[in-house]
Amino acid sequence: MKKLVCYFAILMFSVLIIAAPSTDAQEKLTIAWAQWDPANYLDELSKDFTTETGIEVDLVQISWSHFQDQVFTAFVGKSDRYDIVIGDSQWLGRNSVGGHYVDLTDWINENIDVDSIYGTAMEAFAEYPKGSGKYWALPAEVDANGFLYRTDLFEDPSEKAAFKEKYGYELAPPKTYDELRDIAEFFTRPPDLYGIAPWYSKEYDGITMGFQQVMWSFGGSYGDPETYKVDGHINSDDVVAALEYYKSLKELSPPDAPNYYWAETLDAFKAGKVAMAMDYFAFFPGVVDPNQNPNYYDKTGFFVSPAGPKGHAISIGGQGMSISSYSKNQEIAKRYLKWFMQKPVQEKWAQLGGFTPHEEVLQSEVFLNATPFNRAFAASFPYLRDFWAVPEYAELLEACQTGWNQVIIGSKSAKEALDEIARKHEAIFEDAGYYD
Amino acid sequence: MRSARFSRGFSDYQIKMAFIMPTMILLILMNIFPLLWSLYLSFHRYRASMPNRPARFIGVQNYARLLTDPEIWGYFQTTAYFVVLAVITQFIIGFGLALLLNREFRYKGVVTTLILLPMMLSPVVVGLFWRFIFASDVSGLVNYLLSPLFGGPIGWTTDPKIAMLAVVIVDTWMWSPFMMLISLAGLSAIPKYLYEAADVDRASRWFKFRWITLPLVSPLLLIALLFRTMDAFKMFDIVYVLTREGGPGIATETVSMNLYKLAFRNYNTGKACAMAYILLIIIVALSNIYVKYLNKVRSEA
Repeated sequence: MKKLVCYFAILMFSVLIIAAPSTDAQEKLTIAWAQWDPANYLDELSKDFTTETGIEVDLVQISWSHFQDQVFTAFVGKSDRYDIVIGDSQWLGRNSVGGHYVDLTDWINENIDVDSIYGTAMEAFAEYPKGSGKYWALPAEVDANGFLYRTDLFEDPSEKAAFKEKYGYELAPPKTYDELRDIAEFFTRPPDLYGIAPWYSKEYDGITMGFQQVMWSFGGSYGDPETYKVDGHINSDDVVAALEYYKSLKELSPPDAPNYYWAETLDAFKAGKVAMAMDYFAFFPGVVDPNQNPNYYDKTGFFVSPAGPKGHAISIGGQGMSISSYSKNQEIAKRYLKWFMQKPVQEKWAQLGGFTPHEEVLQSEVFLNATPFNRAFAASFPYLRDFWAVPEYAELLEACQTGWNQVIIGSKSAKEALDEIARKHEAIFEDAGYYD
Repeated sequence: MRSARFSRGFSDYQIKMAFIMPTMILLILMNIFPLLWSLYLSFHRYRASMPNRPARFIGVQNYARLLTDPEIWGYFQTTAYFVVLAVITQFIIGFGLALLLNREFRYKGVVTTLILLPMMLSPVVVGLFWRFIFASDVSGLVNYLLSPLFGGPIGWTTDPKIAMLAVVIVDTWMWSPFMMLISLAGLSAIPKYLYEAADVDRASRWFKFRWITLPLVSPLLLIALLFRTMDAFKMFDIVYVLTREGGPGIATETVSMNLYKLAFRNYNTGKACAMAYILLIIIVALSNIYVKYLNKVRSEA
């Protein structure tokens, strides 16, 4: 009996220990972001926040393929799983109108020096509706579509001479889309080498992010942002010409190019399959890393996305930091946002490899010389433009992804596909009441 | 009073209910309620991503728009094409393998297990490694082997005319073993004495197959076909991974793939629910045809 009482006492004691609330319970902030290098940099940076405040930061990295689905599912379920979400610029409309993001307008105006942030970044990542002065986020990682090129090929004297003889001008990183095609054509030597790796993938926003900058640079547009009228804009002659141009690059790309998005173009470049590749600047740290790119880490150059015959525009990448409406730690989240936007923190963010939205830091010599590609990144900034950020962006994007991909694989002509996209976009806007 | 009841114990009815209730509660919560709720939503304009906008009743508008949309019919055609091609191929290969394995030989168990391996893998994993095997340049194993014969790499996942074939090949690789397994179960259940009697009558191999094997195994074959048809009709995972969300273009975009986009990309919840119901009705109708035929075959047997 004595033994039994003893066992019972031990059992009760163990239960009490397990059930007792932890005495060192710490405040904790959970941030959701995609799984990529900048998230690792932010994880590193956030250690400073923990040191300063004692608040633990848990950065949840979600694979790109599930990032959107996972975050939106949490929002739909009103989950308090994430306090801060670092989401795509296109998400702004849906998540602000849907009530998933906290309205930060008053708080930002009182606590953040908005003038210190690059205007384009603030508009793309924080403001919805555009021009309204209503803020739902602060820019975290400002990215842009850029290009990689093989310096060993571009600087080879025999290649330079052969190129000049054929095209009549010096071989150098292209400044226009015509030059880009000439160079791609020159280096297309199948099956070992191809001229260029562009984004053609139907996945998520792949081909749209690759093509839209060509469309804008050829004089096209998605539609009128005031009236939301699309017909005559997205299917104009300029856009037809742009799409035919973009399709023509397929002949100068590896055979599996119709499946290319950022990961595939990066792989093709690292494998030495292409002379030039399109990709987001945020992925370039891996290109100059000898461990990740052993063959070409020291033979890679970077250039700004070229200009077209009627202008110069570049697809914006990156994300903004928003606070989830369902978070129980909104005040801590605001504290983190305020801390993150401080100049010294932004300097460290840039130093770690993050692309800062802080104008002064972005233009500083320290930032420009920090990596071989920062100068090209900073030069891309004035040309950044974005897709529609309305709540219906996913449907608009889907129509573009399918239509443009069909042109690339030869299922439809450029005009047919663009008329179809225009029809679908207008139906989506009409359905959502934009024409009422 | 209380002790009297305890001494009598529970009635048969109470015990039956005690066993059934947990399942009933689970079924109501997890199946019946979502089924009815989605039926309700299918008559509304509603987006789950916009919880602050109430659902608005729009009658059968979601159904009407879906059924008059030529693109949706295109997805149904793609799905039907896939179902017919994949299920027939799997049936032929699976049944053929079962006929080969329906005899005693050394290492029969090991060989059968090895053949069954593909269907034990996750479809996403299968899609992913076939993506590499089917890579459209010579880095893909298939193109590495076939390029010399065809004068260049084949666009398994980039050519709209070939992509569906790639999906069928992968699905066949994965699910033919299932057909084989069910067929083998049917074949091994056929009494040996029937064949012995036929041997006494000096019946030909074809005669034995046509008049003994086929009639006795056909009810199980029909069940296997029913399962595979229903499963193939819901094809999503392999298409999502292998041909990257139903590409190239819309060449392999099945109804389920489109439904996923409608529900979880676009969050057009009302329309997605209507689409799910259309899909459900088609699957139920198809299953009924099979079951009726199955009953007919059974009664004949």
